[in-house]
Amino acid sequence: MFEQIYNHFNDIVAAILFVIGFSNLLFQKNLIKKIIGLNIMDVAIYLLLASQGYISGRLAPILTDGSENATTYINPIPSGLVLTGIVVSVSVTALMLSMTIRLYRKYRTLDLDEILVKVRKEKEDKGEG
Amino acid sequence: MDFVLNFPFFSIMICMLAALSTFMLGRRAAAVVAKLALLITLVLSVILTVYLHGTGESFVYMMGHFPAPWGNEIRAGELEGVMAIFTCVIALLSLIAGKYSIRTEIDDTKQNLYYLITCLMEASLLALIYTNDIFTGYVFIEINTIAGCGLIMIRNTGRSIAAAIRYMVVSLVGSGLFLIGTTLLYSITGHLLMQNINESVAALAADGSYSVTLTIITALMTVGLAIKSGLFPFHLWIPDAYAISVTPSSAMLSGMVSKGYIFLLIKLIYRVIGFDVYSSTGVFDLIFIAGIIAMIMGSVAAIRSGYLRRMTAYSSVSQIGYIFMGIGIANSAGAVAAIFHIITHGLTKSLLFIAASSFTGRKEDIRVSDLKGLGHKYPVSAATFTAAALSIIGFPLFAGFIAKMLLANASFDCGWRMYAAIGAIAVSTILNVVYFFKCIINLYAFGGFEEEKKDTEGSTAEETADESVKATACVDNEDRPTKYENALHGICAAVLAIINLYIGLAPGLLSDIITKGLNVF
Repeated sequence: MFEQIYNHFNDIVAAILFVIGFSNLLFQKNLIKKIIGLNIMDVAIYLLLASQGYISGRLAPILTDGSENATTYINPIPSGLVLTGIVVSVSVTALMLSMTIRLYRKYRTLDLDEILVKVRKEKEDKGEG
Repeated sequence: MDFVLNFPFFSIMICMLAALSTFMLGRRAAAVVAKLALLITLVLSVILTVYLHGTGESFVYMMGHFPAPWGNEIRAGELEGVMAIFTCVIALLSLIAGKYSIRTEIDDTKQNLYYLITCLMEASLLALIYTNDIFTGYVFIEINTIAGCGLIMIRNTGRSIAAAIRYMVVSLVGSGLFLIGTTLLYSITGHLLMQNINESVAALAADGSYSVTLTIITALMTVGLAIKSGLFPFHLWIPDAYAISVTPSSAMLSGMVSKGYIFLLIKLIYRVIGFDVYSSTGVFDLIFIAGIIAMIMGSVAAIRSGYLRRMTAYSSVSQIGYIFMGIGIANSAGAVAAIFHIITHGLTKSLLFIAASSFTGRKEDIRVSDLKGLGHKYPVSAATFTAAALSIIGFPLFAGFIAKMLLANASFDCGWRMYAAIGAIAVSTILNVVYFFKCIINLYAFGGFEEEKKDTEGSTAEETADESVKATACVDNEDRPTKYENALHGICAAVLAIINLYIGLAPGLLSDIITKGLNVF
């Protein structure tokens, strides 16, 4: 059993991180903590993805003075996907943070529940749906 | 290679370049560029569809210089062409009809950014429709989410930002699940192109290996896409997002944004996992039941809401339920009906939001009871609203009727699914009648017109003060739609209604293209 855990160490850590991030994204009330949860979730996926392409004992796929034999290198595609994913995650995080700043300026709180209560109050004052 | 085969790539790039250039232009120039780009894309898509309808085949277009197992690909058939036409029509008509809404409700300096978001949205939808690579699909899902967020929050009020942040949180959970599904799929197949994944998955399923992993992957990706398109337990962001944003945003969000994800799901079923493997995992039952519950709960929530645009948004929840139910019937007739309903519902719901904009005026939303007599004031909007409402209800002559009939037909000989589907369609139709007829009756009722006039023009506090002051303020041309804008609004609504009626009267061509397109999918 320990050997199994050792062999799939990356996958297990990724799964634990994913659950932590996922539940933080969904259940935290604080917007900043939500965004941190989002980032943990993304990192977990990238860890899983990067470890799919890693082959123990091989080199990064960069041709300098090494051999041109493909069997000495790891699979580069997952690394490329991770890079793309990081770009996506950075832009989404930036967008979320900018919206958080706007909401904080308007409602002076980071608690999403409180914000929604204030929004509902605003709605009732205006008498609109 | 025929030159026409470049068109899918061209249409994506035209929208992307238009999006980039609107960033630097003023609001008027940006509007022209965006509409021109959408128009060109529409023409290209029409030519492509006509060509592909003639050949009756789909083709694969290589992006870059690397052949199949490594490179990136675009794939298009009749079905993709029709979907592209559909998204272009809705985006273009929403923008033209929403000219007044964009001018008055968005900050002057931000209006060019609205066109940027629209072009980006269209580009990402086209990419979702055409792509043959699952990871490219993921990237464009995220671009679509970001653009959708922009569409919701463009009004820049506290409420719209709160709605956008809720949309983002729910969407990001969905895309996280989709991405982890993609990762697992890559780890067991070693491919990212749909064709290659399909072959590997078929081989794995024949072996009987990784069956649990395949089930988990299917469930993760399906749930991820269902969350993003707003299927029942995950629909809570829909009413706020649709009801608070400006008119063209609501029309586009309800009409085509959530549909892009559903189209990707259909692609996932038929082209990535493969229909047989997918149905062996039992996820179809999940979709079917969620769809049925959505059909009923969406309609009940719509009846309870009491506000015009919010009601229309809840009606979207129930219509998304119809589409998922169609997919969940788990045969090709069901998928055809679902795609047919994607198109009819997109046309109908965007028409409802466009028509509703003349009743709400500059307010975000009005009560259904406040509609009293407005039908006489805005005859074109009222007529098109009625047509769209009848189509959603499933009144014969309209496209919605054909969609419901195809859905019901598809469920025949499917055991318990038949009873559930037909029962749910019947109940949901009755509920639809309840809330849409309330609107229609109110629209054409006499009396209450004067009160309504007060309500639509300005805030309640000022009104009681002085009628005559307000009357002069209303003449202020800045705040009222010009004749030109009114005419454009009416024409767009009429065009959507006529397309709807045409599909309702002659559904043969569309259903034929969808059936043939699905065969060569």
